[in-house]
Amino acid sequence: MTQFALVIDLNVCVGCHACVTNCKQWNTGGEAGPLADLNPYGKDPNGTFFNRILSYEVGTFPNTETWYLPKSCLHCEDPPCVPVCPTGASYKRKSDGIVLVDYDKCIGCKYCSWACPYGVREFDEERKVMTKCTLCVDRLYDTSLPESRRKPACVLACPAGARIFGDIHDPDSEVSRRIREEGGFQLMPELGTRPANHYLPRSKTVLPIDEAQVVRAENPLRHDEAPHATGLQPIEEEMG
Amino acid sequence: MRPAFSVLFLTTLIGAAQGAAIILYALFLAKGSGPDAPLAFYLTTGGVSLLLLAAGLVASFFHLGHPERAWRAVTCWRTSWLSREVIVLPLFGFAELLWLLLLWQGDWRAAAAWGSVMAFLAIALYVCTGMIYAAVKVLREWAHPITVVNYLLMGVASGALLTAGIAEGLAPAVAPMLAKAALWLTLIALVGRGVSLWRNARIPPYSTARAIGVHHQRIRQISQGSMGGNYNMREYFHGQPPEVVRAVLIAALGAGFLAPVVLLLLGVPALLVFLLQYGGLLAERWYFFAEARHPQNLYYQVV
Repeated sequence: MTQFALVIDLNVCVGCHACVTNCKQWNTGGEAGPLADLNPYGKDPNGTFFNRILSYEVGTFPNTETWYLPKSCLHCEDPPCVPVCPTGASYKRKSDGIVLVDYDKCIGCKYCSWACPYGVREFDEERKVMTKCTLCVDRLYDTSLPESRRKPACVLACPAGARIFGDIHDPDSEVSRRIREEGGFQLMPELGTRPANHYLPRSKTVLPIDEAQVVRAENPLRHDEAPHATGLQPIEEEMG
Repeated sequence: MRPAFSVLFLTTLIGAAQGAAIILYALFLAKGSGPDAPLAFYLTTGGVSLLLLAAGLVASFFHLGHPERAWRAVTCWRTSWLSREVIVLPLFGFAELLWLLLLWQGDWRAAAAWGSVMAFLAIALYVCTGMIYAAVKVLREWAHPITVVNYLLMGVASGALLTAGIAEGLAPAVAPMLAKAALWLTLIALVGRGVSLWRNARIPPYSTARAIGVHHQRIRQISQGSMGGNYNMREYFHGQPPEVVRAVLIAALGAGFLAPVVLLLLGVPALLVFLLQYGGLLAERWYFFAEARHPQNLYYQVV
């Protein structure tokens, strides 16, 4: 069974909001109608977004690190938002595991968003229905798009390539391999929702080098030090 | 959680309506073993109960984005307690109406039998309402059987007080008995609410570390990347300072439970006490929402 998901590499994400912008652009122009923009040029602009980047400060100033967390619907394998819906508007597709809202059935009672621990559902104040990330389901199967473009808008927009899209149930897919090899994790796994989206943790690439390795003090030949020390040109073998 | 006033009115109004129906039926069953009440009393109290139920139903529509589609909410009764409530609420209303008609017709045997169906539906409706909250696992302040018990206890206490108030005008013979019942039910409801308050004060908060996957002691959100708020900040933060929340709790415990008991003992007209308690229960319901800390708030600490 297919379970589409996003895998987000926190090592690569720089919090540039390109994914947020492209998500809004694509989904506000979609068949389901525009995403609300309330007071867009006023003092307190706000509106519907399917994807947001949260910034956290880890540590105590000045010894801190900034941690970006791009967050959209995690398309849980056991989504708490689905069984609570009284109308069946909130559902999970069996064919590809995408959690969707049928905007024509939603009565706007907001109960699904109470059940979601991640705060990824947003009630659209203009359409008066609950909305959320669709994984750009309207792109994934659109045969008029070239195959390489049949991906969520956020994935296509990410300039750093931090977002990877694929089937986490296929053990040979890139997403599965990277979750496996790079320690991919889920948000609040203890709640038992089994989010499909995973994050790849930050890992610093540091090569510990001892001074002795640089100056080669232990090298009995002390081969490369001699010419520089005396200002002589290195010989041809040394240029190698 | 931000308290939704439509839901506050819905749960308190229908709670009193169901409670009045249950108490009326209990009084009906006790006929013969105690002082009797005239038919006008049953019909008036039952009618008031139906009005409260209808008012609660109207209030609930204000909670919906698309009230014209509300009929769809009956479809998912297999999984959703909200759907079950939407089914049981009108069923209870029809059952109560039919029961009152049977009483009016003087068919006591049929009324005794059908009344048990009505009382069952009234209790089932408390279970559905309570489970709407108790079934939300991520809200640990709510996700406990005590939530269902409290909805039942507070509703029955409120309904008993309403019944006692009407009885003082229309059935003085049974009024002292009903007032006594309301007094004891209010005290039991206070114990139930006390247990949940005690429990909720001991629930540890969710950790930001678990929420964002960083293994560090000190994590502080500095931005959510937008210039204004959003739905998740509007719906899940009540936005009131702690003093206000504490004042509402004191008002809820005072007006909803303690003052009614004292006033009933002093012999204040029960209908006035009912109105005071209703205000207290509204405050209780407000606090019920405000005390629930949603884990999603860890993602929406600042704009």
